[in-house]
Amino acid sequence: MTKIKTLADLQRIKGEVQSKFKIRENSNNPTQFVQIKVGMATCGIASGAKETMKYFIEELERQAIDALVTQTGCMGYCYAEPTVEVILPGKEPVVFGFVNKTKAEDIIDTYIKKGELIDGIIPITFKTIDD
Amino acid sequence: MTDYRMHILICGGTGCRASGSNEIRDKLNHFINEFDLEDEVQVVLTGCFGFCEKGPIIKIVPDNTFYTEVKPSDAEDIVKEHIIKGRPLKRLLYKNPKNDFAITSTENIDFYKKQIRIALRNCGFINPENIEEYIGRDGYQAMGKCLTELPPVEVINEIKASGLRGRGGGGFPTGLKWEITRNVENEQKYVVCNADEGDPGAFMDRSILEGDPHSVIEAMAICGYCIGADTGLVYIRAEYPLAIERLLIAIKQAEEYGLIGADILGTGFNFKIKLRYGAGAFVCGEETALIHSMEGLRGEPTVKPPFPSVSGYMGKPTNVNNVETFANIPVIINKGAAWFSSIGTEKSKGTKVFALAGKINNVGLIEVPMGTTLREVIYDIGGGIKDGKEFKSVQTGGPSGGCLTKDFLDTPIDYDNLIAAGSMMGSGGMIVLDEDDCMVAIAKFYLEFTLEESCGKCAPCRIGNKRLFEILTKITEGKGVLEDIERLRELSNVIKDTSLCGLGQSSPNPVLSTIKNFEEEYLAHVVDGKCPAGQCKSLLRYDIVEDLCTGCTLCSRNCPVGAITGERRAPHFIDQSLCIKCGVCFEKCKFNAITLT
Repeated sequence: MTKIKTLADLQRIKGEVQSKFKIRENSNNPTQFVQIKVGMATCGIASGAKETMKYFIEELERQAIDALVTQTGCMGYCYAEPTVEVILPGKEPVVFGFVNKTKAEDIIDTYIKKGELIDGIIPITFKTIDD
Repeated sequence: MTDYRMHILICGGTGCRASGSNEIRDKLNHFINEFDLEDEVQVVLTGCFGFCEKGPIIKIVPDNTFYTEVKPSDAEDIVKEHIIKGRPLKRLLYKNPKNDFAITSTENIDFYKKQIRIALRNCGFINPENIEEYIGRDGYQAMGKCLTELPPVEVINEIKASGLRGRGGGGFPTGLKWEITRNVENEQKYVVCNADEGDPGAFMDRSILEGDPHSVIEAMAICGYCIGADTGLVYIRAEYPLAIERLLIAIKQAEEYGLIGADILGTGFNFKIKLRYGAGAFVCGEETALIHSMEGLRGEPTVKPPFPSVSGYMGKPTNVNNVETFANIPVIINKGAAWFSSIGTEKSKGTKVFALAGKINNVGLIEVPMGTTLREVIYDIGGGIKDGKEFKSVQTGGPSGGCLTKDFLDTPIDYDNLIAAGSMMGSGGMIVLDEDDCMVAIAKFYLEFTLEESCGKCAPCRIGNKRLFEILTKITEGKGVLEDIERLRELSNVIKDTSLCGLGQSSPNPVLSTIKNFEEEYLAHVVDGKCPAGQCKSLLRYDIVEDLCTGCTLCSRNCPVGAITGERRAPHFIDQSLCIKCGVCFEKCKFNAITLT
């Protein structure tokens, strides 16, 4: 990693990161990896998000599914913790609530592997600053 | 992999389920099977869409059609018309109440999205422990723009023009605060981030620090640049371990990348950030007390002026802003003051984050434009009251705020309206109360909190709040008299007028607002000796109806204090002097022979 010494450096890193995101998001290639974001704020962790995340990492690894599991902050749906956002290549992000081990298994088997939605999707109820 | 052509999303939130969304789903599945569409269309039950008063809600993707008030009998038409023939059902589309035009698919599907995330823009989107994800979302661009293109005065003018006001509760114009601190001459100044979030049930600041710590770091650096400070301090409570951990990781990464430290982006601007831990005292959210705590002194407030902007940390000019205030800054610089000030009301610009809690279905963290009504927050976003109970009141502003009645449901939320209504914005805790909550007990709960948290420096707060608490306790125990209400009022006003700091000046607010808005409940306690909500145990009375009692002895066997006596197969009696009002007899009786009054 190099130090950011000028504004141009900053812009360059921003561009690199964004194009990396773009490739992930816009690709229709099924070999591209699945992105999973686990809400890991205090509320999520208290409801078991750490176990959920660990399960996703281990289970996807075991089944050799190419996926990127990351943590993120509070999505705001504290009543439905742990919450998990899954982005399949070329698809809109989908947020699932109350994701315990059983639900995580269901998400992997039904949504990630077969592309079928499962009950309990949380509709995104906010606009972002980019909208 | 099954590739469905269409998904029908049905809201399975509490509200919609109560109005039959399960039945709608079954009907839809029935017709989908009938027309052999099960490989093409999938029906999915979802969480709450947050538009419960128009439920049940159905959304059809990918064409984004949004149906409201759907009935099970509509299922056939939805499948036959919409799914098979591709013709949306006009009668089920949401109509704009202003002009009665149906809102069709692509046009403005966001109408139900009452929230806009500015301060929470990255929460739940980026990995907070990876600075590159923040940079990819325009992170540090605002700081770069300020350092290289905008002189400090211009940045301050931009913040002033945006109309941003302090999100910690007071609502002081942020740009003005920066300007005042800038104009004080001194070779050493400080930027302080107030992360001492202490209202019961509030977790806005914690979530921002846990989900997007870099936005606060970036904004503090911008503030330092504007006021002429090279050091930033975050005062954070030690009981927020995860927020502290993420903040420390973020600071370390920003240092490694050279985004804070010496000679940032080659501009010669230096800025470093350190943490100061608080022990979780509520009064330390008050800025003078916070500064004393950071200096290693007792966390006690002092009289203002001098304001921290003139003489703050170590006697140096110090600019104190709240976490959420800082989180708004980078967006204002990036998107411009005009964009920001286009959101909100005349005097309160932008959005506000609220922690929605209490008797509400969708407990959570929300961010709405200023001017959103309480009704929209509670019913459209919060999904209404739990278990279908009746809304009674909403408490805003924490222990310094007040309780608003249903008459205020259509009041647009902003700083000035909430004060006019007898409450305040506060830092953003919002606790919803239903018919089962006793307002006297609620006032007592908050008083107990301030009593505990009062630093004890000034007499009105230390002694006055204790007396208020005693009177409230007396009332909830059924020993209150009519004069007590007037006493509460008078004492509250004295405490408000004579306390040293914001804590004491606002501590009687829960008492005053509940007396003002729910005087009949106080009267019921002191005059009739009744608690209408059935919360104040001492005011309850259990009796056995002789005619209904079969003498089964179940109640007397279960009574933990032996207050029930009676012969087998003969009516029993409760000795009121022994009864502890636990309600066990009431629950156990199989013949409804026990009454509760």
